Amino acid sequence: MATRGAELESTFARAVLDAGAAVPGPLVRNAGGTPSRRFGVYRNNVYASLIDVLAKRFPVAARLVGDEFFRAMARVYVGNEPPCSPVLLFYGEGFADFAADFPPAAPVPYLADVMRLEWAWHAAYHAADAEPLPLEALSAASEGAAEARLALHPSLRVVRSPYPIITIITIWELGARDGEDEPARLPADGEDALVVRSKLDVEVRRLPEGGATFVLALKEGASLQEAAARAIDDAPAFDLAANLAGLMASGAVVAWAPKR
Amino acid sequence: MTRASDHHSPIPPRAGVGLKPQHYRDILDGAPDIGWFEVHAENYMGAGGPPHAYLTAVRERYPLSLHGVGLSIGGSGPLDKDHLGRLRALIERYQPALFSEHLAWSSHDTVYLNDLLPLPYTEETLDLVCTHIDEVQETLHRQVLLENPSTYVAFAETSMREVDFLREVVQRTGCGLLLDVNNVFVQAINHGFDAAAYIDSFPAEHVAEIHLGGHDEDADDDGAPLLIDDHGREVADPVWALYARTLARAGPKPTLIEWDNDVPDWPTLFAEAKRADAVIADTRNRVAA
Repeated sequence: MATRGAELESTFARAVLDAGAAVPGPLVRNAGGTPSRRFGVYRNNVYASLIDVLAKRFPVAARLVGDEFFRAMARVYVGNEPPCSPVLLFYGEGFADFAADFPPAAPVPYLADVMRLEWAWHAAYHAADAEPLPLEALSAASEGAAEARLALHPSLRVVRSPYPIITIITIWELGARDGEDEPARLPADGEDALVVRSKLDVEVRRLPEGGATFVLALKEGASLQEAAARAIDDAPAFDLAANLAGLMASGAVVAWAPKR
Repeated sequence: MTRASDHHSPIPPRAGVGLKPQHYRDILDGAPDIGWFEVHAENYMGAGGPPHAYLTAVRERYPLSLHGVGLSIGGSGPLDKDHLGRLRALIERYQPALFSEHLAWSSHDTVYLNDLLPLPYTEETLDLVCTHIDEVQETLHRQVLLENPSTYVAFAETSMREVDFLREVVQRTGCGLLLDVNNVFVQAINHGFDAAAYIDSFPAEHVAEIHLGGHDEDADDDGAPLLIDDHGREVADPVWALYARTLARAGPKPTLIEWDNDVPDWPTLFAEAKRADAVIADTRNRVAA
Protein backbone atom coordinates (compact mmCIF):
# COMPACT_ATOMS: atom_id res chain seq x y z
CA MET A 1 0.00 0.00 0.00
CA ALA A 2 1.46 3.29 -1.09
CA THR A 3 1.77 5.97 1.55
CA ARG A 4 0.68 9.51 0.89
CA GLY A 5 4.34 10.49 0.58
CA ALA A 6 4.98 7.80 -2.01
CA GLU A 7 2.01 8.92 -4.11
CA LEU A 8 3.15 12.50 -4.01
CA GLU A 9 6.70 11.54 -4.91
CA SER A 10 5.51 9.39 -7.79
CA THR A 11 3.40 12.21 -9.27
CA PHE A 12 6.23 14.67 -8.80
CA ALA A 13 8.83 12.38 -10.41
CA ARG A 14 6.60 11.68 -13.41
CA ALA A 15 5.98 15.37 -14.00
CA VAL A 16 9.70 16.18 -13.70
CA LEU A 17 10.70 13.62 -16.33
CA ASP A 18 7.83 14.10 -18.75
CA ALA A 19 7.59 17.67 -19.98
CA GLY A 20 4.19 16.76 -21.48
CA ALA A 21 2.78 15.73 -18.09
CA ALA A 22 0.82 18.30 -16.16
CA VAL A 23 2.48 20.03 -13.25
CA PRO A 24 1.16 18.42 -10.06
CA GLY A 25 -0.88 21.58 -9.51
CA PRO A 26 -3.23 20.46 -6.74
CA LEU A 27 -0.23 19.30 -4.75
CA VAL A 28 1.69 22.50 -4.96
CA ARG A 29 1.00 25.72 -3.21
CA ASN A 30 3.07 28.73 -4.09
CA ALA A 31 3.57 31.96 -2.28
CA GLY A 32 2.85 33.92 -5.43
CA GLY A 33 0.44 32.01 -7.62
CA THR A 34 0.64 29.65 -10.58
CA PRO A 35 3.27 26.95 -10.25
CA SER A 36 4.31 25.98 -13.79
CA ARG A 37 7.43 28.11 -14.02
CA ARG A 38 8.47 27.25 -10.51
CA PHE A 39 7.98 23.56 -11.16
CA GLY A 40 9.85 24.08 -14.42
CA VAL A 41 13.00 24.83 -12.41
CA TYR A 42 13.06 21.18 -11.34
CA ARG A 43 12.43 19.91 -14.86
CA ASN A 44 15.19 22.10 -16.14
CA ASN A 45 17.62 21.16 -13.36
CA VAL A 46 17.11 17.45 -13.96
CA TYR A 47 17.46 17.56 -17.75
CA ALA A 48 20.11 20.27 -18.03
CA SER A 49 22.35 18.72 -15.37
CA LEU A 50 22.21 15.27 -16.96
CA ILE A 51 22.69 16.65 -20.47
CA ASP A 52 25.73 18.56 -19.14
CA VAL A 53 27.14 15.34 -17.72
CA LEU A 54 26.82 13.70 -21.16
CA ALA A 55 28.24 16.72 -23.00
CA LYS A 56 31.36 16.62 -20.81
CA ARG A 57 31.66 12.86 -21.19
CA PHE A 58 31.33 12.90 -25.00
CA PRO A 59 32.99 16.19 -25.98
CA VAL A 60 34.12 15.12 -29.45
CA ALA A 61 30.70 13.71 -30.33
CA ALA A 62 29.18 17.02 -29.22
CA ARG A 63 31.53 18.91 -31.53
CA LEU A 64 30.99 16.52 -34.42
CA VAL A 65 27.23 17.01 -34.53
CA GLY A 66 27.14 20.49 -33.00
CA ASP A 67 26.06 21.47 -29.54
CA GLU A 68 22.41 22.02 -30.40
CA PHE A 69 21.96 18.63 -32.05
CA PHE A 70 23.92 16.86 -29.32
CA ARG A 71 21.86 18.38 -26.52
CA ALA A 72 18.60 17.55 -28.31
CA MET A 73 19.74 13.95 -28.76
CA ALA A 74 20.90 13.77 -25.14
CA ARG A 75 17.53 15.08 -23.99
CA VAL A 76 15.75 12.19 -25.71
CA TYR A 77 18.26 9.73 -24.23
CA VAL A 78 17.82 11.13 -20.71
CA GLY A 79 14.04 10.84 -21.04
CA ASN A 80 14.27 7.27 -22.35
CA GLU A 81 17.08 6.01 -20.16
CA PRO A 82 17.44 8.16 -17.05
CA PRO A 83 20.20 7.21 -14.61
CA CYS A 84 19.49 4.32 -12.26
CA SER A 85 22.32 5.12 -9.84
CA PRO A 86 23.22 8.26 -7.89
CA VAL A 87 26.79 7.68 -9.05
CA LEU A 88 26.73 9.59 -12.33
CA LEU A 89 30.23 8.33 -13.17
CA PHE A 90 28.35 5.25 -14.35
CA TYR A 91 25.88 7.18 -16.51
CA GLY A 92 26.01 7.18 -20.29
CA GLU A 93 27.34 3.70 -21.05
CA GLY A 94 24.36 3.04 -23.31
CA PHE A 95 24.42 6.43 -25.01
CA ALA A 96 26.54 5.25 -27.96
CA ASP A 97 24.13 2.39 -28.69
CA PHE A 98 21.27 4.85 -28.42
CA ALA A 99 22.97 7.20 -30.90
CA ALA A 100 23.54 4.30 -33.32
CA ASP A 101 19.76 3.79 -33.47
CA PHE A 102 18.80 7.47 -33.35
CA PRO A 103 17.46 8.16 -36.87
CA PRO A 104 18.40 11.86 -37.02
CA ALA A 105 22.05 10.88 -36.41
CA ALA A 106 22.14 8.48 -39.36
CA PRO A 107 24.00 10.96 -41.63
CA VAL A 108 27.00 10.67 -39.25
CA PRO A 109 27.54 6.90 -39.36
CA TYR A 110 30.76 6.99 -37.32
CA LEU A 111 29.18 8.97 -34.45
CA ALA A 112 28.34 5.91 -32.33
CA ASP A 113 31.85 4.47 -32.62
CA VAL A 114 33.40 7.80 -31.69
CA MET A 115 31.14 7.77 -28.65
CA ARG A 116 32.19 4.21 -27.81
CA LEU A 117 35.80 5.36 -27.83
CA GLU A 118 34.96 8.37 -25.63
CA TRP A 119 33.14 6.08 -23.18
CA ALA A 120 36.15 3.72 -23.13
CA TRP A 121 38.35 6.73 -22.30
CA HIS A 122 36.02 7.73 -19.45
CA ALA A 123 35.80 4.17 -18.11
CA ALA A 124 39.59 3.78 -18.23
CA TYR A 125 40.04 7.08 -16.40
CA HIS A 126 37.97 5.85 -13.44
CA ALA A 127 38.98 2.17 -13.55
CA ALA A 128 40.83 0.43 -10.73
CA ASP A 129 44.55 1.08 -10.38
CA ALA A 130 47.19 -1.60 -10.94
CA GLU A 131 50.94 -1.62 -11.35
CA PRO A 132 52.02 -2.52 -14.90
CA LEU A 133 54.74 -5.11 -15.47
CA PRO A 134 58.02 -3.54 -16.57
CA LEU A 135 59.11 -4.11 -20.14
CA GLU A 136 61.99 -6.35 -18.96
CA ALA A 137 59.47 -8.91 -17.73
CA LEU A 138 58.87 -9.80 -21.37
CA SER A 139 62.39 -11.11 -22.05
CA ALA A 140 62.61 -12.77 -18.64
CA ALA A 141 59.51 -14.78 -19.40
CA SER A 142 60.49 -16.58 -22.58
CA GLU A 143 60.42 -19.95 -20.81
CA GLY A 144 56.98 -21.43 -21.34
CA ALA A 145 55.84 -18.24 -23.02
CA ALA A 146 53.48 -19.91 -25.47
CA GLU A 147 51.36 -21.30 -22.65
CA ALA A 148 51.46 -18.07 -20.62
CA ARG A 149 48.33 -16.20 -19.72
CA LEU A 150 48.44 -12.47 -19.13
CA ALA A 151 46.50 -10.44 -16.62
CA LEU A 152 45.66 -7.18 -18.33
CA HIS A 153 45.27 -3.79 -16.68
CA PRO A 154 41.75 -3.18 -15.26
CA SER A 155 41.54 0.02 -17.29
CA LEU A 156 42.13 -1.73 -20.62
CA ARG A 157 39.42 -1.37 -23.26
CA VAL A 158 39.36 -2.23 -26.97
CA VAL A 159 37.12 -0.36 -29.38
CA ARG A 160 36.90 -1.70 -32.93
CA SER A 161 35.49 0.34 -35.74
CA PRO A 162 35.16 0.28 -39.52
CA TYR A 163 35.75 4.05 -39.31
CA PRO A 164 38.99 5.90 -38.53
CA ILE A 165 37.77 6.86 -35.07
CA ILE A 166 41.16 7.62 -33.53
CA THR A 167 42.03 9.98 -36.35
CA ILE A 168 38.61 11.65 -36.10
CA ILE A 169 38.94 12.17 -32.37
CA THR A 170 42.50 13.43 -32.65
CA ILE A 171 41.56 15.94 -35.32
CA TRP A 172 38.60 17.28 -33.33
CA GLU A 173 40.45 17.30 -30.04
CA LEU A 174 43.27 19.29 -31.57
CA GLY A 175 40.72 21.86 -32.65
CA ALA A 176 41.60 21.30 -36.29
CA ARG A 177 37.94 21.66 -37.15
CA ASP A 178 38.69 24.79 -39.19
CA GLY A 179 40.84 22.82 -41.62
CA GLU A 180 39.01 23.20 -44.93
CA ASP A 181 40.04 19.86 -46.40
CA GLU A 182 39.55 17.85 -43.24
CA PRO A 183 37.48 14.99 -44.69
CA ALA A 184 40.09 14.38 -47.38
CA ARG A 185 42.70 13.75 -44.72
CA LEU A 186 40.79 10.92 -43.11
CA PRO A 187 42.14 7.45 -43.81
CA ALA A 188 39.71 5.18 -45.60
CA ASP A 189 40.32 2.20 -43.31
CA GLY A 190 38.80 1.53 -39.96
CA GLU A 191 40.78 1.83 -36.77
CA ASP A 192 40.86 -0.37 -33.68
CA ALA A 193 41.76 1.44 -30.49
CA LEU A 194 43.55 0.18 -27.41
CA VAL A 195 42.65 2.35 -24.40
CA VAL A 196 44.75 1.99 -21.23
CA ARG A 197 45.50 4.12 -18.19
CA SER A 198 48.53 2.51 -16.59
CA LYS A 199 49.31 5.56 -14.38
CA LEU A 200 47.37 8.85 -14.39
CA ASP A 201 47.00 9.52 -18.11
CA VAL A 202 44.67 7.62 -20.43
CA GLU A 203 46.45 6.54 -23.61
CA VAL A 204 44.73 5.67 -26.85
CA ARG A 205 46.77 3.64 -29.33
CA ARG A 206 45.91 2.37 -32.78
CA LEU A 207 46.12 -1.41 -32.81
CA PRO A 208 47.86 -3.09 -35.77
CA GLU A 209 46.05 -5.66 -37.91
CA GLY A 210 44.82 -8.56 -35.80
CA GLY A 211 45.75 -6.65 -32.65
CA ALA A 212 42.19 -6.22 -31.42
CA THR A 213 41.45 -9.94 -31.79
CA PHE A 214 44.69 -10.74 -29.98
CA VAL A 215 44.04 -8.40 -27.03
CA LEU A 216 40.41 -9.41 -26.68
CA ALA A 217 41.43 -13.10 -26.65
CA LEU A 218 44.00 -12.40 -23.92
CA LYS A 219 41.37 -10.50 -21.97
CA GLU A 220 39.11 -13.55 -22.12
CA GLY A 221 41.93 -15.62 -20.63
CA ALA A 222 43.38 -17.28 -23.73
CA SER A 223 47.06 -18.23 -23.62
CA LEU A 224 49.52 -16.27 -25.76
CA GLN A 225 49.57 -19.13 -28.26
CA GLU A 226 45.78 -19.34 -28.52
CA ALA A 227 45.41 -15.58 -28.77
CA ALA A 228 48.06 -15.39 -31.49
CA ALA A 229 46.35 -18.19 -33.43
CA ARG A 230 43.04 -16.33 -33.34
CA ALA A 231 44.74 -13.12 -34.44
CA ILE A 232 46.41 -14.89 -37.39
CA ASP A 233 43.02 -16.31 -38.41
CA ASP A 234 41.74 -12.77 -38.43
CA ALA A 235 44.82 -11.17 -40.04
CA PRO A 236 47.48 -13.46 -41.58
CA ALA A 237 50.12 -10.72 -41.29
CA PHE A 238 49.72 -10.59 -37.51
CA ASP A 239 53.09 -10.03 -35.79
CA LEU A 240 53.10 -11.56 -32.32
CA ALA A 241 56.39 -10.05 -31.12
CA ALA A 242 55.44 -6.52 -32.19
CA ASN A 243 51.94 -6.75 -30.70
CA LEU A 244 53.21 -8.12 -27.41
CA ALA A 245 55.89 -5.45 -27.17
CA GLY A 246 53.28 -2.75 -27.90
CA LEU A 247 51.02 -4.11 -25.20
CA MET A 248 53.85 -4.16 -22.65
CA ALA A 249 54.96 -0.66 -23.63
CA SER A 250 51.43 0.61 -23.01
CA GLY A 251 51.58 -0.70 -19.46
CA ALA A 252 48.66 -2.93 -20.34
CA VAL A 253 50.03 -6.11 -18.73
CA VAL A 254 49.99 -6.38 -14.94
CA ALA A 255 50.82 -10.06 -14.41
CA TRP A 256 52.32 -12.94 -16.33
CA ALA A 257 51.42 -16.51 -15.42
CA PRO A 258 53.57 -19.08 -17.29
CA LYS A 259 51.20 -21.93 -16.41
CA ARG A 260 47.52 -22.09 -15.78
CA MET B 1 49.62 25.46 6.07
CA THR B 2 47.47 23.08 8.03
CA ARG B 3 48.94 19.62 8.34
CA ALA B 4 46.21 17.14 8.74
CA SER B 5 47.17 13.63 7.87
CA ASP B 6 45.99 12.17 11.17
CA HIS B 7 42.60 10.49 11.28
CA HIS B 8 39.56 12.64 11.82
CA SER B 9 41.59 15.84 11.78
CA PRO B 10 38.80 18.23 12.68
CA ILE B 11 37.43 20.89 10.37
CA PRO B 12 38.54 24.25 11.82
CA PRO B 13 36.04 27.10 12.16
CA ARG B 14 37.42 28.66 9.00
CA ALA B 15 36.50 28.90 5.35
CA GLY B 16 36.89 25.91 3.05
CA VAL B 17 36.00 25.37 -0.58
CA GLY B 18 34.61 22.59 -2.72
CA LEU B 19 37.51 20.69 -4.29
CA LYS B 20 37.36 20.82 -8.09
CA PRO B 21 39.52 18.83 -10.54
CA GLN B 22 40.55 22.01 -12.37
CA HIS B 23 42.19 23.24 -9.12
CA TYR B 24 44.05 20.05 -8.12
CA ARG B 25 47.40 21.36 -9.36
CA ASP B 26 46.89 24.89 -7.97
CA ILE B 27 46.27 23.38 -4.55
CA LEU B 28 49.02 20.78 -4.51
CA ASP B 29 51.65 23.06 -6.07
CA GLY B 30 50.62 26.30 -4.40
CA ALA B 31 49.73 24.93 -0.92
CA PRO B 32 47.20 27.73 -0.27
CA ASP B 33 46.46 28.68 3.32
CA ILE B 34 42.87 27.48 3.47
CA GLY B 35 41.12 25.68 6.30
CA TRP B 36 39.73 22.60 4.58
CA PHE B 37 38.15 21.08 1.48
CA GLU B 38 34.84 19.39 0.78
CA VAL B 39 34.03 16.90 -1.98
CA HIS B 40 30.81 15.45 -3.31
CA ALA B 41 30.98 11.80 -2.30
CA GLU B 42 29.48 10.58 -5.57
CA ASN B 43 32.34 12.06 -7.61
CA TYR B 44 34.78 9.75 -5.85
CA MET B 45 32.92 6.48 -6.25
CA GLY B 46 34.90 5.29 -9.24
CA ALA B 47 37.31 2.42 -8.63
CA GLY B 48 40.55 4.35 -9.10
CA GLY B 49 42.37 6.78 -11.34
CA PRO B 50 43.29 10.46 -11.00
CA PRO B 51 40.31 11.49 -8.80
CA HIS B 52 41.46 9.19 -5.99
CA ALA B 53 45.15 9.97 -6.54
CA TYR B 54 44.51 13.71 -6.17
CA LEU B 55 42.03 13.41 -3.33
CA THR B 56 44.53 11.26 -1.43
CA ALA B 57 47.20 13.91 -1.91
CA VAL B 58 44.86 16.73 -0.84
CA ARG B 59 43.68 14.70 2.15
CA GLU B 60 47.28 14.30 3.33
CA ARG B 61 47.57 18.07 3.51
CA TYR B 62 44.13 19.36 4.57
CA PRO B 63 41.10 18.34 6.62
CA LEU B 64 38.29 16.95 4.49
CA SER B 65 34.52 17.05 4.62
CA LEU B 66 32.39 14.61 2.63
CA HIS B 67 29.11 15.88 1.21
CA GLY B 68 26.62 13.39 -0.21
CA VAL B 69 24.12 14.40 -2.88
CA GLY B 70 22.54 11.07 -3.80
CA LEU B 71 21.25 9.30 -0.71
CA SER B 72 17.66 10.54 -1.08
CA ILE B 73 17.09 10.77 2.67
CA GLY B 74 13.75 12.48 2.11
CA GLY B 75 12.57 9.79 -0.30
CA SER B 76 9.56 7.62 0.45
CA GLY B 77 11.27 4.35 -0.46
CA PRO B 78 14.01 2.48 1.39
CA LEU B 79 17.57 3.82 1.27
CA ASP B 80 19.82 2.40 -1.43
CA LYS B 81 21.93 -0.17 0.43
CA ASP B 82 24.57 -0.30 -2.29
CA HIS B 83 24.97 3.42 -2.06
CA LEU B 84 25.25 3.34 1.70
CA GLY B 85 27.95 0.71 1.30
CA ARG B 86 29.87 2.92 -1.12
CA LEU B 87 29.63 5.81 1.33
CA ARG B 88 30.89 3.66 4.15
CA ALA B 89 33.88 2.53 2.06
CA LEU B 90 34.68 6.12 1.11
CA ILE B 91 34.50 7.25 4.74
CA GLU B 92 36.75 4.42 5.85
CA ARG B 93 39.25 5.29 3.15
CA TYR B 94 39.43 9.06 3.59
CA GLN B 95 38.35 9.56 7.22
CA PRO B 96 36.56 12.85 6.58
CA ALA B 97 35.91 14.97 9.65
CA LEU B 98 32.32 15.68 8.60
CA PHE B 99 29.70 13.92 6.54
CA SER B 100 26.59 15.75 5.38
CA GLU B 101 23.51 15.05 3.26
CA HIS B 102 20.33 16.86 2.28
CA LEU B 103 16.77 17.17 3.49
CA ALA B 104 15.52 16.23 0.02
CA TRP B 105 14.89 13.29 -2.26
CA SER B 106 16.50 12.49 -5.58
CA SER B 107 15.60 8.89 -6.42
CA HIS B 108 12.22 7.40 -7.17
CA ASP B 109 11.81 3.68 -7.85
CA THR B 110 14.89 2.89 -9.88
CA VAL B 111 15.38 6.35 -11.35
CA TYR B 112 17.94 8.85 -10.07
CA LEU B 113 16.81 12.37 -10.95
CA ASN B 114 20.04 14.25 -10.11
CA ASP B 115 18.33 17.11 -8.33
CA LEU B 116 17.46 17.81 -4.70
CA LEU B 117 13.69 17.56 -4.78
CA PRO B 118 11.40 18.92 -2.07
CA LEU B 119 9.18 17.09 0.40
CA PRO B 120 6.24 18.26 2.47
CA TYR B 121 6.87 18.66 6.19
CA THR B 122 4.38 16.40 7.93
CA GLU B 123 4.36 13.83 10.74
CA GLU B 124 4.65 11.12 8.09
CA THR B 125 7.74 12.58 6.40
CA LEU B 126 9.27 13.39 9.77
CA ASP B 127 9.07 9.71 10.78
CA LEU B 128 10.50 8.68 7.43
CA VAL B 129 13.43 11.09 7.52
CA CYS B 130 14.28 10.09 11.10
CA THR B 131 14.20 6.39 10.20
CA HIS B 132 16.52 7.03 7.28
CA ILE B 133 18.94 9.11 9.33
CA ASP B 134 19.05 6.45 12.04
CA GLU B 135 19.96 3.90 9.37
CA VAL B 136 22.64 6.14 7.85
CA GLN B 137 24.23 6.91 11.20
CA GLU B 138 24.22 3.26 12.22
CA THR B 139 25.70 2.14 8.93
CA LEU B 140 28.36 4.84 8.76
CA HIS B 141 29.12 4.77 12.50
CA ARG B 142 29.07 8.52 12.70
CA GLN B 143 26.88 11.58 12.98
CA VAL B 144 25.30 12.96 9.83
CA LEU B 145 24.79 16.66 9.25
CA LEU B 146 21.46 17.38 7.55
CA GLU B 147 21.29 20.38 5.21
CA ASN B 148 18.30 22.71 4.80
CA PRO B 149 17.17 22.81 1.14
CA SER B 150 16.49 25.38 -1.57
CA THR B 151 12.99 24.94 -2.93
CA TYR B 152 10.87 26.47 -5.68
CA VAL B 153 7.48 25.03 -4.79
CA ALA B 154 5.81 24.28 -1.49
CA PHE B 155 3.19 21.72 -0.52
CA ALA B 156 -0.33 22.39 0.62
CA GLU B 157 -0.12 19.56 3.12
CA THR B 158 2.97 20.89 4.90
CA SER B 159 2.02 21.22 8.55
CA MET B 160 5.35 22.18 10.16
CA ARG B 161 7.82 24.98 9.65
CA GLU B 162 11.12 23.80 8.18
CA VAL B 163 13.11 24.94 11.23
CA ASP B 164 10.77 23.00 13.52
CA PHE B 165 11.02 19.94 11.30
CA LEU B 166 14.83 20.11 11.43
CA ARG B 167 14.88 20.67 15.19
CA GLU B 168 12.66 17.62 15.67
CA VAL B 169 14.91 15.48 13.44
CA VAL B 170 17.93 16.54 15.52
CA GLN B 171 16.18 15.68 18.77
CA ARG B 172 15.03 12.28 17.61
CA THR B 173 18.18 11.12 15.79
CA GLY B 174 21.07 13.04 17.31
CA CYS B 175 22.16 14.24 13.89
CA GLY B 176 23.75 17.65 13.40
CA LEU B 177 22.83 20.40 10.97
CA LEU B 178 24.46 21.99 7.99
CA LEU B 179 23.00 25.46 7.57
CA ASP B 180 23.07 26.67 3.97
CA VAL B 181 22.60 30.41 4.30
CA ASN B 182 22.09 30.93 0.58
CA ASN B 183 19.32 28.33 0.63
CA VAL B 184 17.59 30.29 3.38
CA PHE B 185 17.78 33.48 1.34
CA VAL B 186 16.60 31.73 -1.85
CA GLN B 187 13.63 30.19 -0.07
CA ALA B 188 12.75 33.43 1.71
CA ILE B 189 12.45 35.24 -1.63
CA ASN B 190 10.73 32.31 -3.39
CA HIS B 191 8.19 31.71 -0.66
CA GLY B 192 7.90 35.18 0.80
CA PHE B 193 9.15 34.77 4.35
CA ASP B 194 11.65 36.71 6.45
CA ALA B 195 15.12 35.23 6.06
CA ALA B 196 16.45 36.92 9.22
CA ALA B 197 13.60 35.45 11.28
CA TYR B 198 14.40 31.99 9.86
CA ILE B 199 18.05 32.38 10.86
CA ASP B 200 17.06 33.65 14.30
CA SER B 201 14.85 30.64 14.93
CA PHE B 202 17.28 28.06 13.53
CA PRO B 203 18.68 25.62 16.14
CA ALA B 204 22.11 27.27 16.03
CA GLU B 205 23.58 25.06 18.76
CA HIS B 206 23.37 22.06 16.40
CA VAL B 207 25.02 23.74 13.40
CA ALA B 208 28.37 22.12 12.66
CA GLU B 209 28.90 23.55 9.18
CA ILE B 210 27.70 26.42 7.00
CA HIS B 211 27.36 26.57 3.22
CA LEU B 212 27.53 29.74 1.14
CA GLY B 213 26.83 29.65 -2.59
CA GLY B 214 25.70 31.83 -5.44
CA HIS B 215 22.22 32.01 -6.91
CA ASP B 216 20.66 33.17 -10.15
CA GLU B 217 17.71 35.53 -10.45
CA ASP B 218 14.64 34.66 -12.49
CA ALA B 219 10.91 35.32 -12.25
CA ASP B 220 7.88 33.05 -11.99
CA ASP B 221 4.74 33.06 -14.18
CA ASP B 222 3.36 36.02 -12.28
CA GLY B 223 6.53 38.06 -12.51
CA ALA B 224 7.43 37.46 -8.87
CA PRO B 225 11.17 37.04 -8.23
CA LEU B 226 12.31 33.44 -8.35
CA LEU B 227 15.83 32.69 -7.17
CA ILE B 228 17.64 29.61 -8.47
CA ASP B 229 20.27 27.98 -6.29
CA ASP B 230 22.78 27.40 -9.09
CA HIS B 231 26.17 27.54 -7.30
CA GLY B 232 27.41 29.28 -10.40
CA ARG B 233 28.71 32.65 -9.22
CA GLU B 234 29.84 34.76 -6.25
CA VAL B 235 27.86 34.78 -3.02
CA ALA B 236 25.32 37.64 -3.18
CA ASP B 237 25.66 40.64 -0.82
CA PRO B 238 22.43 40.03 1.12
CA VAL B 239 23.59 36.45 1.71
CA TRP B 240 26.87 37.77 3.18
CA ALA B 241 24.81 39.96 5.51
CA LEU B 242 22.70 36.97 6.52
CA TYR B 243 25.89 34.98 7.08
CA ALA B 244 27.22 37.63 9.49
CA ARG B 245 23.91 37.47 11.34
CA THR B 246 24.19 33.67 11.49
CA LEU B 247 27.69 33.79 12.97
CA ALA B 248 26.63 36.39 15.51
CA ARG B 249 24.20 33.77 16.83
CA ALA B 250 26.08 30.53 16.22
CA GLY B 251 29.68 31.71 16.61
CA PRO B 252 32.48 30.93 14.14
CA LYS B 253 31.73 27.77 12.14
CA PRO B 254 33.42 25.87 9.33
CA THR B 255 32.08 27.63 6.24
CA LEU B 256 32.14 26.22 2.72
CA ILE B 257 32.15 28.30 -0.46
CA GLU B 258 30.13 26.26 -2.97
CA TRP B 259 30.90 27.08 -6.59
CA ASP B 260 30.04 24.01 -8.66
CA ASN B 261 29.05 25.44 -12.04
CA ASP B 262 31.04 27.83 -14.24
CA VAL B 263 33.85 27.09 -11.79
CA PRO B 264 36.22 30.11 -11.66
CA ASP B 265 39.99 30.08 -11.58
CA TRP B 266 41.62 29.27 -8.26
CA PRO B 267 42.43 32.89 -7.20
CA THR B 268 38.77 33.92 -7.61
CA LEU B 269 37.53 30.99 -5.54
CA PHE B 270 40.24 31.54 -2.94
CA ALA B 271 39.21 35.21 -2.65
CA GLU B 272 35.64 34.15 -1.79
CA ALA B 273 37.03 31.92 0.96
CA LYS B 274 39.12 34.81 2.29
CA ARG B 275 35.98 36.93 2.39
CA ALA B 276 34.26 34.32 4.56
CA ASP B 277 37.35 34.15 6.79
CA ALA B 278 37.12 37.93 7.22
CA VAL B 279 33.51 37.64 8.40
CA ILE B 280 34.57 34.92 10.85
CA ALA B 281 37.41 37.12 12.16
CA ASP B 282 35.01 40.03 12.50
CA THR B 283 32.64 37.85 14.53
CA ARG B 284 35.48 36.90 16.87
CA ASN B 285 36.43 40.55 17.32
CA ARG B 286 32.89 41.51 18.20
CA VAL B 287 32.68 38.75 20.77
CA ALA B 288 36.03 39.80 22.25
CA ALA B 289 35.07 43.48 22.35
